[in-house]
Amino acid sequence: MKKWFPWILTSLCAAWILASLFPASEKGFKTREFGKLPVLLNGRVQPMDSVARNALLEIRNKQSVALENGQKLNATEWLLEVFFNARAADARKVFRVDHPELLSLLKLSETEKHFSFDQLQPGLDEIERQSERINATEPALRTTFEKQTIKLDQSLQLYRRLKNSLQPENSSDFVAELNDFEKILPEGVTALRDQQAGKPHDKAVFNEFVRMISRFDMVMRMAYPLTVPPASADTSRDNWMNAGAALLEFAKTNGIPQPVRFYAAMGQAYREGKPERFNQEVNDYRNWLRQRFTPELSKASREAGFSQFQPFYKTIVLYVLAFILGCVSWFHLSEWLRRSAQYLIVLAFGLHTFGLVFRMVLEGRPPVTNLYSSAIFIGWAAVLLGIFLERAYRDGIGSVTAATIGFTTQIIAHNLALGGDTMEMLRAVLDTNFWLATHVVTVTLGYAATFVAGFLALIYVLRGLFTRSLSEKTASALEGMVYGVVCFALLFSFVGTVLGGIWADQSWGRFWGWDPKENGALIIVLWNAAILHAHWGKIVGARGLMNMAIFGNIVTSFSWFGVNMLGIGLHSYGFMDEAFKWLILFIGSQLVIIILGLIPLSKWASFKNSPKHPKLSQPAGAR
Amino acid sequence: MADRILSFFCSLRLTVVCLVAALILVFVGTMAQVHEGLYAAQNRYFRSMLIYWSPQGFPLRIPVFPGGYLVGGLLLINLTASYMRRFSFNRDTIGQQLTHGGIVLLLVGQFATDSLQVESHMRLSEGEAKNYSEDGSKFELALIDATQGGSEKVVAIPENLLARQKEIQIPSLPFAIKVNRYWRNSRLSQLGTNAPGATEASRGFGQSIAVRELPATVKMDERNLPSVIVEPVSPQGKGGTWLASSMLEDPQSFQVGGGTYQMVMRPARYYNPFYIELMKFSHDKYKGTEIPKNFSSRVRLLNKASGEDREVLIYMNNPLRYGGKTFYQSGYDENNPKVTILQVVRNPGWLTPYVSCALVSAGLLIQFMSHLVGFIKQRKSA
Repeated sequence: MKKWFPWILTSLCAAWILASLFPASEKGFKTREFGKLPVLLNGRVQPMDSVARNALLEIRNKQSVALENGQKLNATEWLLEVFFNARAADARKVFRVDHPELLSLLKLSETEKHFSFDQLQPGLDEIERQSERINATEPALRTTFEKQTIKLDQSLQLYRRLKNSLQPENSSDFVAELNDFEKILPEGVTALRDQQAGKPHDKAVFNEFVRMISRFDMVMRMAYPLTVPPASADTSRDNWMNAGAALLEFAKTNGIPQPVRFYAAMGQAYREGKPERFNQEVNDYRNWLRQRFTPELSKASREAGFSQFQPFYKTIVLYVLAFILGCVSWFHLSEWLRRSAQYLIVLAFGLHTFGLVFRMVLEGRPPVTNLYSSAIFIGWAAVLLGIFLERAYRDGIGSVTAATIGFTTQIIAHNLALGGDTMEMLRAVLDTNFWLATHVVTVTLGYAATFVAGFLALIYVLRGLFTRSLSEKTASALEGMVYGVVCFALLFSFVGTVLGGIWADQSWGRFWGWDPKENGALIIVLWNAAILHAHWGKIVGARGLMNMAIFGNIVTSFSWFGVNMLGIGLHSYGFMDEAFKWLILFIGSQLVIIILGLIPLSKWASFKNSPKHPKLSQPAGAR
Repeated sequence: MADRILSFFCSLRLTVVCLVAALILVFVGTMAQVHEGLYAAQNRYFRSMLIYWSPQGFPLRIPVFPGGYLVGGLLLINLTASYMRRFSFNRDTIGQQLTHGGIVLLLVGQFATDSLQVESHMRLSEGEAKNYSEDGSKFELALIDATQGGSEKVVAIPENLLARQKEIQIPSLPFAIKVNRYWRNSRLSQLGTNAPGATEASRGFGQSIAVRELPATVKMDERNLPSVIVEPVSPQGKGGTWLASSMLEDPQSFQVGGGTYQMVMRPARYYNPFYIELMKFSHDKYKGTEIPKNFSSRVRLLNKASGEDREVLIYMNNPLRYGGKTFYQSGYDENNPKVTILQVVRNPGWLTPYVSCALVSAGLLIQFMSHLVGFIKQRKSA
């Protein structure tokens, strides 16, 4: 049984992953199909599903809405309601407000965290008044209350825009409205023209026409995603419009745009609770799109499927499981536990790779384009390195390191995703696949390797100091691993940094500008070089090597995140203060472990009774 | 003794100390950019031998840490010394030799860049041609001799000379310029009923303009706008006091010593022996966003001396290298879609990082690959 356990466990996990690839078909409204419809937002074609998820993340910090009866509304279901039944959506408790001062300002109950639009309605003027003042202040100097107020104001604006994206929010029958508009159109245009020319005209027609146009005009100004594809795919595929703009622009010449009609019909079926008609309309619209917009349709479908599959979330589960199994194997010294951890890591790595590659294909980009994808990639590279170490040493250390870094980077990525679209378009200077593939990838590999060395060193100190499990053999194996990985880290961080300089020379005309991100990368290079030279010169022993490698964690986290928080320089793309707290905590924890590592070896649990301490083995590069 | 000095400069201990000092320096220098600004922090921490600390209220300058030049210089000495002492060319050390050779080249190249590189920019609207670029922070007082009909003769006095507030002799002109006042950063306002202040100029625009002094700025997105009060002085007499300012773009005519001249304060210029003409500037944003998608300038390169006349497309990550200078697509004017801003850089050492990167990459790869191969063999046999 023990012999087969690793295989059984891994197969079960694989089955769980595969099963979610084929979700059960939906009964009633096929919201998943609606979620696959393409729109243009943030400069890129994406599915409705992504619009819904990112909007909910911004408003509620979650990708779904928990209902009072314990059930859940997924992102697309919520968005459908917002689009087509605004009054019901207004009663959903989706706005996250948790700052006590903000709650008391709005006279809301302090025992709750989520509020509905209806509940916030009385405070709208107050929020607007406050944020008008705050918007005039320097963002870096705002208090938490001020930041939360601005965030709530933005969430409310986003919500109101969503409500008016496909039809005016108070429209009870938009299909009828469109029909009326079509009927009155010829007379209305004449009446409008005559009125402007000062000629006599039909007052009633004129008034009705102007009333309708002003409703579309509101949709034009408010609508969030661009839902109407360009009239002809031959001109420019990017030329999408929102529903209001399309109505005002094309109604006169080409009649009411087809997509607007489809969406209106879906809305009608949705409000009247007719799933068959709704599903039929979605299907008809997809067929209509297929004639000219097959690439957009299939890209949106793939992205929606990817979000539903949630490969990265699943890797988190696997990494946690592998971590526990790996740690236990050290005390139990049982091979079957160690092998279980190893196999799970390989499975998780496969899934991680799938997610990484799928995103690359969707975007048509190298793996790292922003902070979010850098977290995914650092985790990926660290896990790969861990797998190699595990294969070479077979002592669980590689697996535990892989699991820890894989898990941590996925959590970081998850939190970075709260900032919005993770596949945002790249600014002109970054829009070069050559440099993204060379500089960014190598420098990120350097980060990953430095983290791996640091985590291996953590295992050395924590296991050696607190447990009796660090044998002399394991200690010298760890020393070899840290040394080797630091070599690897120096290679990649140096080459990556210099390539970055060359890129800068190509795009801004200077190789080195002492920009914070450049300096951050340089610090990693300097530190890795210092570790290796100290090791070669026998200035530090095994324990010193470990402590230096742990300090590498601090250096790398500063370079990866800290410099982005300084808010200066060409590389700073956003000020993240939530993350700042965590960065400080992480750095603090590493410092504590370094101090622990300074305790003489004779006091360590693993070496207390052994007559000699693990000696510094002769490193390969020493002269 | 000499041997001990040599061993000191060769020691790995010195290497580690220098690397750690460099790390601390880079870290502190980066943090300092938040308050001191990129440029000031660079000069203080990286382009210096020593970093000084002045206790509040004491006129002291206590050196507290080695600056970038000192640390970099020591590393360079350390590298070359150990290189010379231990140089041996065989299979085991080739990786190390390549790596360290590449680092020496990189350091030397960066010292050279640091002292020789000149950055400026060129602002062109469509149809406009220029044979000069302008400095982003320095200004100059241009004196234009229009008396010799036909071609103009221009003498430019750089800002750091004006800042001394002394009389400046100009050999090629029959008069001297006496600088009465110099403001590094200033704003102008019209003298009138509601603007307080007085003018120090007796002639020209300056008679009705008050100058207000501002503290010099270190922010990346602001620049200092200098003004001066000058007095042309010739043996035959004085030409009155004039206000010249970076905010007054039109030249002012003045007479001194029987001749008529013009003065204007303008960004310092660097002339090229060729012209660049902007033909078309394109700038796209992603649909429905403010994110720039790409920008590019189609320019015409005109060199009368060599007879060259050709079109070049300059765009992001694709500069034009010509005549020892490099022209980069750098920016655009938010208010005018027909204006491009090109960054112009003269850097004779631009190639060194490329070579050094190749050397170090090859060196490290050879070095670590031989370790890795050794390691795998050892594991296999074990």
